[in-house]
Amino acid sequence: MSNTLSFDYIVPGDDFTRAGEASSDVKHKLKQIGYDSDAIRRVAIAMYEGEINMVIHAGGGKAHVEISPEKIEMTLADNGPGIKDVALAMREGYSTAPDNVRALGFGAGMGLPNMKKSTDAMEIDTAIGTGTTLHMTVYAKR
Amino acid sequence: MMTVKELAERLELKILAGEASLDRPVSGGYTGDLLSWVMARLPADAAWLTVMGNINAIAVASLKDAACIVLTDSAPLDDAALEKAQELSFPVLLSEQDSFTLGARMDGLLR
Repeated sequence: MSNTLSFDYIVPGDDFTRAGEASSDVKHKLKQIGYDSDAIRRVAIAMYEGEINMVIHAGGGKAHVEISPEKIEMTLADNGPGIKDVALAMREGYSTAPDNVRALGFGAGMGLPNMKKSTDAMEIDTAIGTGTTLHMTVYAKR
Repeated sequence: MMTVKELAERLELKILAGEASLDRPVSGGYTGDLLSWVMARLPADAAWLTVMGNINAIAVASLKDAACIVLTDSAPLDDAALEKAQELSFPVLLSEQDSFTLGARMDGLLR
């Protein structure tokens, strides 16, 4: 018997009113399980930033989350434009978000750096014109 | 420890949403308007002073287990945000004072 739970979410594009639904659902589930609270906070940050990125840049995408007693693995995949320069995108303060998004309080250039800091491992697979897939892992105990 | 209700009374804050959750404890405060910045740093059980009254601010505050949002400078809470805050029963308060002035007063109260 497997003790891994998995969940899938659709992140709608261009809908800031629904961004955060997947992350709050995952957070809720982890709380119900009684997961380590620091791990829950880190997962919430990483998932939320990932959702927001997909809404801002990629017209939405999909999230797949696997929860086991040892770790939480998140895969966020989109069919967006891809990231031209990953090193630059990882730099704090660098952002390509449009003005309307900045007016909402986003576009500080903190999304990917926040995700990297909150997780124990993060991999970015991206191709121009094809999309971006992020794999992130948070261990129950850091 | 001070509750959201006591904080609202002492700082003359108007309660816009989350009336059922005013017994939440407040252990500190945080100020900021850039959501990703706040997402990374907002402590749990903090009163978050901001001018961002949109639905994403509610999401950030709730995901980070903040005690409440305090909109400063009479910043508006938009309809979608109000609806979300009510749905989550998340306290949103309002002040006419700016974040600096209110934050300084709050610091005096919480110490």
